[in-house]
Amino acid sequence: MAKKESTFGNMLLALVIISLVSSTTLGFVYEFTKEPIRLVEINKTNAAIQAVVPIFDNQPATEMFKVAYEKDSLKFYPALKEGVLVGTAVESFTQKGFSGLIKLMIGFAPDGTIIDISVLQHQETPGLGDKIENSKSGFSAQFQGKNPESFKLIVKKDRGDVDAITASTISSRAYCDAVQRAYNAYMSSRKSE
Amino acid sequence: MNQWKNFTKGFLKDNPILVLLLGMCPTLGTTTSGINGLSMGLATTFVLLGSNVFISLLKNFIPDKVRIPAFIVVIASFVTVVELVMKAYLPDLFNTLGLFIPLIVVNCIVLGRAEAFASKNNVFSSAIDGLGMGLGFSMALFLLGTIREILGSGSVLGFKFISGDGMLVFILAPGAFLALGYLIMLANQLKKKLVK
Repeated sequence: MAKKESTFGNMLLALVIISLVSSTTLGFVYEFTKEPIRLVEINKTNAAIQAVVPIFDNQPATEMFKVAYEKDSLKFYPALKEGVLVGTAVESFTQKGFSGLIKLMIGFAPDGTIIDISVLQHQETPGLGDKIENSKSGFSAQFQGKNPESFKLIVKKDRGDVDAITASTISSRAYCDAVQRAYNAYMSSRKSE
Repeated sequence: MNQWKNFTKGFLKDNPILVLLLGMCPTLGTTTSGINGLSMGLATTFVLLGSNVFISLLKNFIPDKVRIPAFIVVIASFVTVVELVMKAYLPDLFNTLGLFIPLIVVNCIVLGRAEAFASKNNVFSSAIDGLGMGLGFSMALFLLGTIREILGSGSVLGFKFISGDGMLVFILAPGAFLALGYLIMLANQLKKKLVK
């Protein structure tokens, strides 16, 4: 087959056919991977909830409700044991990270004490800011069992109570910001009940 | 054309990173550890192989004046397929590489091979070229990632051999340039020796 001439018709035909074929293929792949991707997301959320609240026997992921706070709303996942609230997992976020959005899952006991925290998503520098992840360092351990009412969620450099990660003060500040946001939203939702 | 030569040229003689210096963005961005570099390389290899084969098949059908948009559509489709499949079946890997996968589209090496090789050669040679170039790219990324991981975090393939932090500068962008510079120097030395 000889090379096609660059006439208007040939160019139009070539581009239309190539675009059609690739969009069809992508449509199929998208449909095919939609379900696995959804399952992965659900598993991730469930694992994060389990990590930050005590043992529960309900389905927090399906009982999720949203609480408006400032301009946004945060997702609340209530954890019940035999019908009694044992903790609430709050999905919080901050824009103050070193490189973009950080999403955390924070578990609160009914009185507002932090049970545990896990990181859902971040793009902090590997080797530095990524130590906010529980698997990389014990940074989150200092929050366990603390009540933000008496525990100032600000790094020590700024006269708070939080030990920042060495060389990652910005990431540590952002982390505190996300926890504070979750705490404020949690307490305001408790008051309105 | 000698297919063995065609395959091995990507490793040293025409190595995309060490000799051609193409595709620097993912190179510097993803090589914070050996595994990350290797996975990025393999994802690019898949795209390179796929796009080379398809473009070689379509080379007579695509008129010259619209070849670049046509190539880009083919490459972008392959990249999206890789992204979706990785998201669905390798979520952990996607978490670390996710940001860089769409960047494979603008990786010069993929379009470069399509333009310089696949659009002029037959399907089999193009497949071999894509595979060789891709594996050469992966090898360079893996080497660079491993060096940065050893110096920067004191670990090899995720296993720590010294406690605490390494030289953090190697994890950050300046360290990537430093390590890459030395790696290119070594590659040039090696090339000189082999030619003699």
